[in-house]
Amino acid sequence: MPDRDTLQEILATIRKHKLRTGLTALGVFWGIFMLIFVLGMGKGLENGVFRDFGSRAKNVMYVWTERTTQPYQGFQPGRAPQLQLEDIIAIKQHIPEVQYIAPRLSLQNIPASYQEISDKYEIRGELQDMIRIEALRLHEGRYINKLDIRDSRKVAVLGKRTAEVLFGNKECIGRYIRISGMEFRVVGIFGPLQIKPWTESDLEAIVIPLTTMYRAFGTGERVDYFVCSAAPKVLVSTIEPKVKSLLKERHRIAPDDPRGIGGFNLEQEYQGLANLFGGIKAFLWFVGIGTLLAGIVGVSNIMLITVKERTKEIGIRKALGATPRSIINMILAESVIITGFSGYLGLISGTLVIGMINFGMMANNVELDNFYNPQVNFSVGLSAILLLIVAGMAAGLIPALQAARVEPVIALRDE
Amino acid sequence: MIQLRNIRKVYQTGFNRLEVLKGIDLDIQAGEFASIMGSSGSGKSTLLNIIGILDEYDKGDYHLDGTLIKELSQTAAAQYRNRFIGFVFQSFNLLPFKTALDNVALPLYYQKIERQKRQKMALEYLDMVGLADWAEHLPTQLSGGQQQRVAIARALITQPKVILADEPTGALDTKTSYEVMQLFKKVNQEGITVIIVTHEKDISDMTRRIIRLRDGMIEPESESGQIPATPSSAS
Repeated sequence: MPDRDTLQEILATIRKHKLRTGLTALGVFWGIFMLIFVLGMGKGLENGVFRDFGSRAKNVMYVWTERTTQPYQGFQPGRAPQLQLEDIIAIKQHIPEVQYIAPRLSLQNIPASYQEISDKYEIRGELQDMIRIEALRLHEGRYINKLDIRDSRKVAVLGKRTAEVLFGNKECIGRYIRISGMEFRVVGIFGPLQIKPWTESDLEAIVIPLTTMYRAFGTGERVDYFVCSAAPKVLVSTIEPKVKSLLKERHRIAPDDPRGIGGFNLEQEYQGLANLFGGIKAFLWFVGIGTLLAGIVGVSNIMLITVKERTKEIGIRKALGATPRSIINMILAESVIITGFSGYLGLISGTLVIGMINFGMMANNVELDNFYNPQVNFSVGLSAILLLIVAGMAAGLIPALQAARVEPVIALRDE
Repeated sequence: MIQLRNIRKVYQTGFNRLEVLKGIDLDIQAGEFASIMGSSGSGKSTLLNIIGILDEYDKGDYHLDGTLIKELSQTAAAQYRNRFIGFVFQSFNLLPFKTALDNVALPLYYQKIERQKRQKMALEYLDMVGLADWAEHLPTQLSGGQQQRVAIARALITQPKVILADEPTGALDTKTSYEVMQLFKKVNQEGITVIIVTHEKDISDMTRRIIRLRDGMIEPESESGQIPATPSSAS
């Protein structure tokens, strides 16, 4: 760290060459600004995409049945197995790594009415845990609970839009609606975390206990599909094969049949995206550092010219007793100060611009599909500052060594 | 103070071998006021560079105040220069972006003396050369004679053993030249060895000893220099 005197020496020389120093500083400023800006926007992209996962557990998989493709134990291929409530219970019993398991059975176009208002809706039979796994939220009241299921109560949780259609602005909790002529008590209103084309159906659904559905609609104990999440610290990809092979065994599907039981693993999806963004981030760093490098080469170049111009001055200093070391320090410190100062300004303004974009989006309620909450985190800022100091040193190194080689005899030479 | 024994210096440029100093033997005692004269190419600049530890020599021995000055590292050479020698140059060589005061204080900076003390001492030395009122002026705001006086103050501030002046009056008119020489005389009277390189006879006549250089050799000295440095034109 240069002492106060060195600092004054440097400031004097910088003040002497304002324009040149300014232009040099601009290169570094721009480099760091771009680095910060690009990384911040990249973060916004990342946040935007990962927001779709929402607060929904990322350690989640979906399982359903498909037609088999292989004959097994006397069964022909092409058979469509049907998931049953027993399967869900079996999974809960045999695979302890499963944290929540939430089956769903849907019936479409079921008439539902409140007083004279009536429409057709998707009725979903569920257990209590769907709201813990899926990207859903409760607006009012409660979701289905264990007692509802045990007692096959006639209760319903309405999608937000369904509630609006049937009840308008009126209070609906505790009122009774008719579904297929049967009376259900409304206990809650739910909706998706984010309104997207693929979450529209959540707005318009009516959820009732699965057991009630079996009794009231005579569906038999079937299940369309189920969602399950892995226990904390267990990767869902490790339990996926277990779940599948258990189901294959129960439904007599060939263990090596690629179909029969279908599954979709959010963790893999998430990992893929995480890797993608890791790659994007690496690329952005690469581009940003490249820009910065151009700035640094600029500084180095200008410092070389400076040293050349100041040959006489350096010679005089040496004749007066400046050691090579003190000359090297002087040039290095000058370089570090120029890069450090301008880079710091770049860091600040980059962060400011990112912050303003974020603030502007929040204030004006701008919703972009794949862009949300751009930010520069602390570690990025810190590494940028470290980078700057190293960069300043690197930029000053060659000029400083050049300066140290200046012969003091030059002081005596008259031009 | 200065003891040169058989100093030889050769410049090798391609196939040409130029012997600049061909065995210099010279003794300068502490407190002497000497001038080195010689035509261009006589080797006086090279001799000055060697005495000032700005350049290396090939053969011989050079003792400065009892210390052998030979094959020093750059750092050691810088430290010796800083402590033993004060330079005065023909073109003053003040740093243009520093005030007179800061220029004078610069050698102390390399002795790592703290700023306040530096400034105080620099002001004293500026006062000594009669320029205390000009402390905050930049060199470009000073006349040639004033600049050279600032340079002399800068040379003196480290309290060196030897003042080496290379054509100190070369860029000055006669009147200012004599004023500057008066100053050197005053410095010498305080006991500091002063060596002036010049090719002007009236300047060298003001010193007490004249060393003549020709073709890399010292001519036998005639003890001419008892003439006091009081030229008629200087008031």
